[in-house]
Amino acid sequence: MGPGRYLLATAALLFGAIAVPAQAATIQITMTDLVFAPAEVSAKVGDTIEWINKDVFAHTATARNGDFDVNIAPKKTGTSVLKKAGTVGYYCRFHPNMKGVLTIAP
Amino acid sequence: MFVRLSAAIAALSLLTGGALAQGAKPTDPQIAHIAYTAGVIDIAAAKQAIEKAGNKDVKSFAEDMVRDHEAVNKQALDLVKKLKVTPEDNDTSKTLSKQATEKLAELAKLKGADYDKAYVANEVAYHKAVNGALETQLIPSASNAELKSLLQTGLKIFQGHQQHAEQVAAKLK
Repeated sequence: MGPGRYLLATAALLFGAIAVPAQAATIQITMTDLVFAPAEVSAKVGDTIEWINKDVFAHTATARNGDFDVNIAPKKTGTSVLKKAGTVGYYCRFHPNMKGVLTIAP
Repeated sequence: MFVRLSAAIAALSLLTGGALAQGAKPTDPQIAHIAYTAGVIDIAAAKQAIEKAGNKDVKSFAEDMVRDHEAVNKQALDLVKKLKVTPEDNDTSKTLSKQATEKLAELAKLKGADYDKAYVANEVAYHKAVNGALETQLIPSASNAELKSLLQTGLKIFQGHQQHAEQVAAKLK
């Protein structure tokens, strides 16, 4: 294997590493004992929120602006892909005392 | 419309202002029984609502109540089994059950929108009373840490139900 090949591999790794932060991320938000954690999250358009319900109760993650409304059964996981920038408050429709905020950058 | 204060709520207020407050702190087996009974009462009311309610928000609220209260009561049963505690019937539980039966009979006579409003109004008041009893009497009196923690989770769930019921009630007006 010549040095050219090695260089190419290094370049690929480098560019790969640079490309990663620009790719969509998956952010986990758990629901434990009727609390969304973390309650405040910063994300970007294209990111996926993974809602992890650790309770024995069904919950929802419902955006106040209507952008998402996910039902998450007990001990299950649901996802939302963020499509629009902005500050979005959300809550659980079954237990409106459960609240959180997503700050979504473009 | 004049909504009569549910008799069950009056029974719960006994906890805070009545017999039990006069020095006799409820024991863990009694607390477990009261909490379980309070759940059973709400499940029975919800099952009646699933049959009778006309409004779809009211019906789905009732379905939420059955699901959540059954889940809480299952946790409670698992816990008392684990702790080898036998829930102990007591005057508060008895009064709660008796008066809830009367409330069910009263609601059974109503129809349509009158029923929907009366059921939801009672849910708001009932959860408020249960939450008051949990906060001021049952949680502070519980000696076992796991029982206390389950009651605290119950309080958060029921506070959620109270807010949810208030939202449904506001939409019915």
